[in-house]
Amino acid sequence: MHSTYAYPRFGYRRSPDQDAPERARHPVVIVGAGPVGLSTAIDLALQGVRVVVLDEDDTVSIGSRAVCYAKRSLDIWDRLGVAAPMVAKGVGWQHGKVFHHDHLVYEFNLLPESGHKMPAFINLQQYYLEDYLVQRARGLPNIELRWKHKVLGVAPAEDGVTLQVETPDGVHALEAEWLVAADGARSAIRRQLGLEFKGQVFRDRFLIADVVMQGDFPAERWFWFDPPFHREQSALLHKQSDNVWRIDLQLGWDADPEEEQKPERVIPRLKAMLGEDKPFELEWVSIYTFQCRRLDRFVHGRVLFVGDAAHQVSPFGARGANSGLQDAENLAWKLRLVLDGLAPAGLLESYDAERVLAADENILNSTRSTDFITPKTPMARALRDAVLDLARDHAFARPLVNSGRLSMPSTYADSALNTPDAAGEDFAGAMVPGAPCTDAPVLKEGRPAWLLEQLGFDFTAMLFAETPAQAQAVAAWAARQAIPVRVLAVAPDAATAAACAAAGLPAVEDHGGLVARRYDARPGTLHLIRPDQHVAARRRRFDPAAFDDALARATGRAPAALEHAA
Amino acid sequence: MSRLDLSPRLTAPDAFLAALTERLRGLDEAETRAFSARLILLLANQVGDQAALEEALEIAAGGQEA
Ligand SMILES: Cc1cc2nc3c(=O)[nH]c(=O)nc-3n(C[C@H](O)[C@H](O)[C@H](O)COP(=O)(O)OP(=O)(O)OC[C@H]3O[C@@H](n4cnc5c(N)ncnc54)[C@H](O)[C@@H]3O)c2cc1C
Repeated sequence: MHSTYAYPRFGYRRSPDQDAPERARHPVVIVGAGPVGLSTAIDLALQGVRVVVLDEDDTVSIGSRAVCYAKRSLDIWDRLGVAAPMVAKGVGWQHGKVFHHDHLVYEFNLLPESGHKMPAFINLQQYYLEDYLVQRARGLPNIELRWKHKVLGVAPAEDGVTLQVETPDGVHALEAEWLVAADGARSAIRRQLGLEFKGQVFRDRFLIADVVMQGDFPAERWFWFDPPFHREQSALLHKQSDNVWRIDLQLGWDADPEEEQKPERVIPRLKAMLGEDKPFELEWVSIYTFQCRRLDRFVHGRVLFVGDAAHQVSPFGARGANSGLQDAENLAWKLRLVLDGLAPAGLLESYDAERVLAADENILNSTRSTDFITPKTPMARALRDAVLDLARDHAFARPLVNSGRLSMPSTYADSALNTPDAAGEDFAGAMVPGAPCTDAPVLKEGRPAWLLEQLGFDFTAMLFAETPAQAQAVAAWAARQAIPVRVLAVAPDAATAAACAAAGLPAVEDHGGLVARRYDARPGTLHLIRPDQHVAARRRRFDPAAFDDALARATGRAPAALEHAA
Repeated sequence: MSRLDLSPRLTAPDAFLAALTERLRGLDEAETRAFSARLILLLANQVGDQAALEEALEIAAGGQEA
């Protein structure tokens, strides 16, 4: 099927559970080894949680699906120790062009700011992505991957879930204290629980094709509205790995999906786009309709929905896998703390609240893009075309051009886990409570390193240290906590960094001042950062009681101050 | 509290309406839509403020009902 990629076969293996006299019980069972299930498994495993992953298949994603992964996803995968092969294999890009008819309307650059470890975006076929995730998962003793294990049914109870699992050897039952449903857009678990998946299906069809060619197109995202080679419709061209180019052609609602997949229909369309005498090889064709929908709630007792099983978006904006991955990282640390008895199960309510909000943000953005690409009334079409006409000559209209608002991580601005800034402490910039941490270059022991690499899997108390004594005070506070908290001293100069390190504290030097600038920090400023690298609280001065409260709040416990008040 | 300025602001009301009508004369339905769409976007950008624009949308929608 693909000349550039050989699909692995992971193979079925009988698990000891199938021969056990008693029904096996596992702390966490994840159903679905797609990008989201695998990432959840790796995150949990690296935090010391044993996980069993069940998948009905025994290979990676077939054909052409997800292509673009955003910087935030790469930051997360870097923490999971799997970004390097993705970035090495993927095609880095940050520029995009939008065309209308035969002229360029607009160009954009996604990461105008330098000083980040990860690129703005990479393009990589989903099968490679999953391949690397499986390889990473296989190297972790806490993960057991069970292929050809299809979940037929689930029976939730107060303290766990019983699953019926079908393998080539027949059906067996299994128990999970917590079940993570990562079984994709057609989630059988969702259906089994009778949960409604609400939203809209767009009345349009898209042809998705992968072609191999020695392209002289640059590694940029090119999007056309109503181009001469595909009148009245839109087109998208993206470079993937191995000289495989991804093409999305809008076909309209009336297109016949069967007919349109035939090479004799597809090849002339592609020739019109790429040039009559441009040699290419067609690797993959499929036809999609897109939808935007979600579950009402992602937490149903002991069943936790992540990724496409919880929400589905149209692909404009590349928000599917990217947002599913943020579900994974949001859930993993909370589930770990609950399993370890360090946080109440109620902490998982914040997974629901934060990720439902994020899903709404993603659905809103991808719905708007879809509406711009497929206007629903003659006037909507006129407005869309007016934007494109005006954008060519007038800068004001360019922000209105919407060929996909590319995936950005959500800021959980109103999350119950946040501690609001103290009255009178003014902070500028984007690193508000609830925001995902931004990267910056630092020096560690005098060598170039990155800020996000220093954050790890626990809470981090990041102090802009003037003196080692200050950092030691924070470390003493951290050591008193039941919840693991790391301390990171960010020092303004090499001498302070060395002095902190000599005192046994992890320390980096903010040699370019970028950490201070991006976090609007002054000497003495302290940020409490969640394990998923979102800011929980910040103060200009370290105050142990304030941070006791902030940590309690960020882990779903009532802050002491409130308890006393009650 | 209105952000949209609903007091008379046009410097030459008759001339504006005449010019607008003149521009629309002879246009077919599709051309009228295209022209109106471009005009709405140009004027909306001049207003800029989202709250004021939403107010304008609200008033315009009410006008339709009446
Ligand atoms: C055309 C297209 C383009 C896209 N482009 C992008 C993009 O550029 N960027 C992006 O981020 N996203 C993109 N997406 C979305 C992305 O592909 C999905 O969001 C992503 O695959 C979701 O991952 P997941 O792990 O939640 O589910 P899936 O990848 O669907 O994985 C579900 C897994 O569950 C298994 N499974 C299902 N049922 C059972 C069962 N009963 N028992 C056991 N196992 C089961 C399946 O075998 C599968 O492995 C695109 C999607 C499409 C269709």
